[in-house]
Order: sequence, then structure tokens, then C-alpha cells
Amino acid sequence: MKTTAPESDPLFPEQYELHAAPAYRFAAMPGRLDRRAFIKKLGGGLVVLSFAGRVWAQGESGAPAAPAGQRRGGAGARGGRGGSQPQNLDAWVHIGADGTVTFFTGKTEVGQNIRTSLTQAVAEELAAPLASIRMMMADTDLTPFDQGTFGSLTTPQMAPVLRRAAATAREALLDLAATQLAVDRTTLTAADGKIMHAASSRSLGFGELTRGQQLVRTIAADTPLKPASAWKIAGTSVPKVDGRDFVTGRHRYASDIVRPDMVFGRVLRPAAYSATLASLDASAAEAMPGVKVVHDGEFVGVTAPTSFAATQALAALRAEWKTTPQISERELFTQLRGGAPAPEAGLTTAGDGSLTLQQTYTVAYIAHAPLEPRAAVAEWLDGKLTVWTGTQRPFGVRDELVQAFGLTPDRVRVIVPDTGSGYGGKHTGQAAIEAAKLAQAAGKPVKFVWTREDEFTWAYFRPAGVIDVASGVRADGTLTAWGFDNYNSGNAGIAGPYVIPGKREQFHQTHSPLPQGSYRSLAAAANHFARETHIDELARALKLDPLEFRRKNCADERLHAVVDAAATAFGWGAAKPAGHGHGVAVGIDKGGYVATFAEVAVDPASGRVTVLRAVQGFDCGAVVNPEHLKNQNEGAMVQGLGAALFEAIHFENGRIRNPHFASYRVPRFGDTPKVEVILMDRKDLPSAGAGETGIVGIAPAVGNAICDATGVRLRALPLVPNGLKG
Amino acid sequence: MPAVTELNVNGTRRTLNADSDRPLLSVLRDDLDLTGTKFGCGEGQCGACTVLVDGVPIRSCLTPVGAIGPQKITTIEGLEKDGRLHPLQEAFLEAGAMQCAYCTSGMIMSGSALLAKNPHPTDEEIIGFMDGNICRCGTYPRILAAIKRAATAIQGGAK
Repeated sequence: MKTTAPESDPLFPEQYELHAAPAYRFAAMPGRLDRRAFIKKLGGGLVVLSFAGRVWAQGESGAPAAPAGQRRGGAGARGGRGGSQPQNLDAWVHIGADGTVTFFTGKTEVGQNIRTSLTQAVAEELAAPLASIRMMMADTDLTPFDQGTFGSLTTPQMAPVLRRAAATAREALLDLAATQLAVDRTTLTAADGKIMHAASSRSLGFGELTRGQQLVRTIAADTPLKPASAWKIAGTSVPKVDGRDFVTGRHRYASDIVRPDMVFGRVLRPAAYSATLASLDASAAEAMPGVKVVHDGEFVGVTAPTSFAATQALAALRAEWKTTPQISERELFTQLRGGAPAPEAGLTTAGDGSLTLQQTYTVAYIAHAPLEPRAAVAEWLDGKLTVWTGTQRPFGVRDELVQAFGLTPDRVRVIVPDTGSGYGGKHTGQAAIEAAKLAQAAGKPVKFVWTREDEFTWAYFRPAGVIDVASGVRADGTLTAWGFDNYNSGNAGIAGPYVIPGKREQFHQTHSPLPQGSYRSLAAAANHFARETHIDELARALKLDPLEFRRKNCADERLHAVVDAAATAFGWGAAKPAGHGHGVAVGIDKGGYVATFAEVAVDPASGRVTVLRAVQGFDCGAVVNPEHLKNQNEGAMVQGLGAALFEAIHFENGRIRNPHFASYRVPRFGDTPKVEVILMDRKDLPSAGAGETGIVGIAPAVGNAICDATGVRLRALPLVPNGLKG
Repeated sequence: MPAVTELNVNGTRRTLNADSDRPLLSVLRDDLDLTGTKFGCGEGQCGACTVLVDGVPIRSCLTPVGAIGPQKITTIEGLEKDGRLHPLQEAFLEAGAMQCAYCTSGMIMSGSALLAKNPHPTDEEIIGFMDGNICRCGTYPRILAAIKRAATAIQGGAK
């Protein structure tokens, strides 16, 4: 097998995009800009901070407030590094003298509604009204470093840090109030943005308490946090905190940002992957009014006064490309196996009724297709580059810009407005670099929004994969052997919930003909498809109920509880009309426990498959926002239905054949089943993330339901791009 | 190239100077700073750019601004009246009918046109009318619920 393994995360190598070489590297720009004293900028009030990178293992508590005059120097000295780093202190919350509360996080809002859930979590700990809290997110000059918004980690990792910062602030405010009111601290309570002394009916607002002061506290690891059982604000279905800005069109996504004197950019794309520029005639484009052509190595772009003019200028460029022959779609799965033959598929029955089964499952490349294409607005001002862009990794994109332009990190600022979705697709900074390059050449701010064709071609795809499964099972339904080999799609979710002696799961990294990387749940969707389809095949071969078969071989109590609750809601085992089928799939991934049930109808004449309804049980510990958690699960099932039924990227010789919504079918209203989500709110367990795991069950549940309806076993995603007869 | 110098947008006469070939979407967003209308595909396939022209939903990404003439354009910014949201905007908030919300403007414009034409749509009529609008986050069930909720609210308000 050919293995061209890039240096990567040993756990999740399928995050290929995080280790890819930068899209461009241009010459260094001269310039200097001093490190910004961010904390000084915050002004008076109370700030809670941690030393950069030490927040996960905080030991300090109750550091005394430093006098204003010493604060900056003292903090800087304790932070170390002599000021060479752009940030050596992380400020997590600031309470201003006017009572406004600002929390700071490097996480990005891409539709998973963490702006709301994090606001709930800190409002709970701080005892402040939701409306008083501003969540400053994803601005590399203002927010603490963050590796990126992926892996369903905001709720399990970021929320506890912000909660602890909020609790530290709350405790400090209680201290201040005790002093100012000259009462015993234990007689005070914090609620609704005030510290109250019930005995004397006196209260002081948070702003009042901090007025005229400059107070600094360090996050204390031993600050008590409220248990989920005591939550009043967290744990409730608070609506999207800035929802009104979205239903009125007022919110500005990166693609809506406007800067003074801004012009519009487009970038010339190669004729195929790996193509190099042989010649360029830009004379016609350059003759157009207001148009500037930018050509640096393989980079060719234009700027123009309007987006329409930029498109016309791009069309006027005459380029010739040198292409190289590449792997096409029909050779893909052979290629992913590295040329080795597929194991012979088949079911073998022994004399004692035990079975062995060998089967192969495949998944296609699919596109994230976020409705907001990659977009960036770039501005160079006094030697500093500022880029507004939609990305899940603001600091990663900053680093890409630093590398591409030879800058120091303090001269690059990346700001991420709440973004038009990502699904794991917006981890890289190519659009930001392209906009910055165009802005540098134009000497003006530039907006560059990728076209839909750019988005479908020049981003990266959910990896395609080949998965071989070899299993053994006794006649009584006890699994006895399990071998699971995944070629190319990845490691996530590769280990299933079943207890099987000597089971073996292995991921094989191979050479992908298309650019590939993270997609919602990483490879967990592919691995669950293969595993849960195979499990269903075994159950049917043994004539056992597929749900009972799963229950018998799984010992996890949380999973059992989710399965039982969803099975009851779905009506598993109930009678169904002819041509209808029921299917189930279960799994555990990223701290979430999921059981998905689907009912399909297959029209025997046309072969048309309709998914009528889906019921999903989900357990991710203590629920922070039930409605938003349901929304995530519903959306994950609907999005997952695309990959299950019809989504596939088609490619030939380095070119994408279907780079448009007209030829790449995504789920629409008419494809959407009735969906129901059953939540297990485990207030006794920590909250896990929930943006991803809800997607893993729908494809195998639907495939298994199709088999239940028709007896036809489908082992390739998408299952029915042209209906069952296609 | 002839220029368009005037448009009727959200009840206001707006003066501008735009080549008539330019897409209405680009003119609304770039010349009039009405960025609530979104670019999703530029191919008329996703509905993110939906605006109303004399009450009819159109794909502004494929409509040359020169084709509008004196017709009345309504964008998402024009639905709110005197600080009061349109019932469908309210219903989207109540039903939580969004995640990233990039499709929301187009969904609300399409849905409001449907309700203006058909105040009591069936599920099938809603699905048929809205099928050209993509929500990649998959909030279709909630959008369907929001449209039905708004239909009820409008009905109640009319009594």
C-alpha cells in the first residue's frame, strides 16, 4: 500500500487540512507595530485573567488586586517572555463601571449556537442577566488564543473556563461588596447583576462595585461552580441571543463587511488540480476601467470597483495551464487500497449455526457546501493587516497570514464575525490570504467572496473511504470476531460500542487524489455507516431483531438508555405498511450517545426512496439548551441525509464535474422527513459537545430501513443517488 | 452601457448609478449597503438572494438591475415596520428556525411572499413553494413550523 502520510495528529489523521502546506507564500512585508497593551485598553472595572496557555491547569487563586500603576508591569513580568509574544495574558471577562459584562473567547459561532450556550453558562455562574452579557468571540487581537472551533470541544472545554472566570468574578464582587457594605461576606448573595444584603435590604450593582477601580483577578481553579441540578439559566431553552439581528438581516457576516474605499477581488483558478500557469495575457483585463491585475508566481487575481466588474475582468484574462494526468472517480477505490485486491465478500455458515461475514463498504467524497462561501475582507493600514473572514480557526488563519506574508503575529489581526456555517470545512485561510494579497497590491481594502464553483472545487472534501469488515458471530447472536480496516476516511469513531473479544480496528492512510480534510464528525459518519450496516447484516442473517442483536452485544448503560428511549418513541417493532422499512443505528462518539431510527418507503415501480421519519435519541450529559440541542440533532440528521442518499463529488482527471448546486444535490424541503429528537438530560454528568455526533446514525439507519423494506442491501454512500433502480 | 439611476427599495426612492447589466443582488449589497440579502451561489439555485419585486419573490443574483424599472423592491431590511417585526420574522425567532442563519433572509422573503398569496398553506404547498431555498444546516422542519405559526398569527391578527 502506498502511504504518503503527512505529519498529523496521531488520533485524528483525517484532519488533513490542518497539516497542509500553506496555499501561498509571498515575500515579506516591511513594517513594525508595537505589541498592544490589550488589558490597558479595557479601562476601569474588574478583569479576570489567566496566564496564557495555563488555563487548563490553574492553581493560583485569589490573587490580590494590584494597584493600577503596577498592574501592567506586574502582570507582564509575571507573564514572562519579555513582551515578545503578542499576548502573554488571557483576559476572559471584564466588568465595566457601567455594569456591562464582556466575556472573551477565541471560539467562533458558525450556527451551532455557542454564543447563546456560553452566554447562558456564564450568566449562571456570574448571577447576571443574559442581556447584560456581551460575548466577544474570535478576534485575534482581543480574545485568548484558541486552537479552533472543532471536535465538539466548546461545551466540554471552553465553557468550564468561562464558567470559572465568571465564578472568580462573582467571588471578587462578593468580596468588594462585603468591604463596601461593611458586612459579613456570608450574608451576601449574588443575583441578577447585583450583590444583595437581605438583612438591610441593600444592594450594589456589579458596575457600582467596580466603579473608579482597576481590579485584576486570576482565574481560580478551586472556585466553586454551580452543579447542573442548581442551574436556572443554563439548562433552559434560551432563544438565540442575537436572533433579531439575523431575522432582520442586520447581522454582518464576513462577506457583508464594508471598508472605506473598498474594491472587489476575484482569483483565477487553475484548469485542474496541480495545474501550473504556462502563460498569461492580462492586457484586455488591464484595459478595463478601474481594474488591477495581480500576478505573483502561481497567483493571479483581479480587483475592480464592483464585484460584477471583477468577474468581467477575470473572464477577460487569457491563461494557459500545464496539466498532469490524474486519478479519476472510477479508479478511486482501487487507488485508496493502494492497488491491493479487495477481500472476497461473502457469508459462511458453519455446522453449529455460527456465521462469518466479510463485506466492503465505501463512502464518496462529499462537499461541506456552507451556504456562505469562503469570504474575506482584507485591509492593510500602517503596516498592519486586518482580515475579516469566516473561519473556524481565527488563530490558525492568522498564522497562515503570518507565514504567507512574512509578518510577525502582532501585525496581523483576524476577526471572525458569526459565520454562515462551516461543518469542519472552514479550517483554512486561503480566502483570507487571497484577499490580503489583492489588498496589498491594490493599496485598498478588498472584499473577496468565493464563487460557488470555487467553493465546490478549491476547498477540501470529506474524505472518500473504503472499509473492509470481517466478523464472526455465534448462532445465539454473540459476536466472536471483528476486523475493521478503514482506508483513507479516518480514525474517528472507528472503535464501536460492541464487546467482541480480540476485536481489531485499523485506519490505513493512503494517497487521496482530491484535497480532503475535516467534515462534521470526521470519519465517525463513515465508520458508523460501515459498522452499523454490517451489524444489521449479521442480525438479518441470523434472523434476529436488529435492535435486540445490538443490545445483546453492547454493555454500555448510557447507550442502552438512549436506545430504549428512542425505540419507544419510534415504535420499533410496530406493524408497517407494505413497501415501508424500519432501520436503526447506534453509536458513541465525542462524548455523545446516539440512537437513530428511520422509516422509509420504497416505491416498487419507480424505485424512489422516501425517508418518512427519523427519531433520534441523544445523551451528551447535562443539557445546556434543550431547544438548541434538538435543533443541532435535527439539522445533523437532515444534513446527514444528503450524504446518505445522494451527495457525491464527481471528478475526472483533476477536474470536479459537478461544482454547482444544480449538479451537486443537497437536501431540500422536499427531502426532509418528520424528525423527532429525544434528549436524555443527565444532570449528574458533565456536558459533552453536540454539534457532530448527531450526524453519524442517519445513513446506516436509512440503509438498514431500505433493506428492511426491500431486502436489497446497499453498501456504498450515497445509497440511492438515482433511486433504488438507478 | 445604459445606467440605472433610480430604484424603489423598501418604500424609498434610492438614487444610484449602476450599469443595467449588473445583478440586482450586487447593486443592493454593494451600492445601497443592503447586505441582508445574501450571495449563496450566484446561480439561482439556493434562494439566499431572494427579494420581492412587486411582491413576487425573485432571485436577485440572476436579475439584471436594468430589468426592474419602477417596480417596488422589498428586501429583508424592509419587512420590519415601525420597529415591529413581520409575523414571519417573529415566528422564526419563536420556532428557533435557524442555526447559522445565512439562509434566513431568503427563507423569510420567500415565506412572506407565500403567506401574502396563500394565507393558509398546507404543508405540501409550503414545501413546494420553498423547495428552491437551501438551508445547509437542515432546519427545514423548524422553518416549516415557523411559516405555519406565522400563518396562524396573521389569521389571528386579521380577526
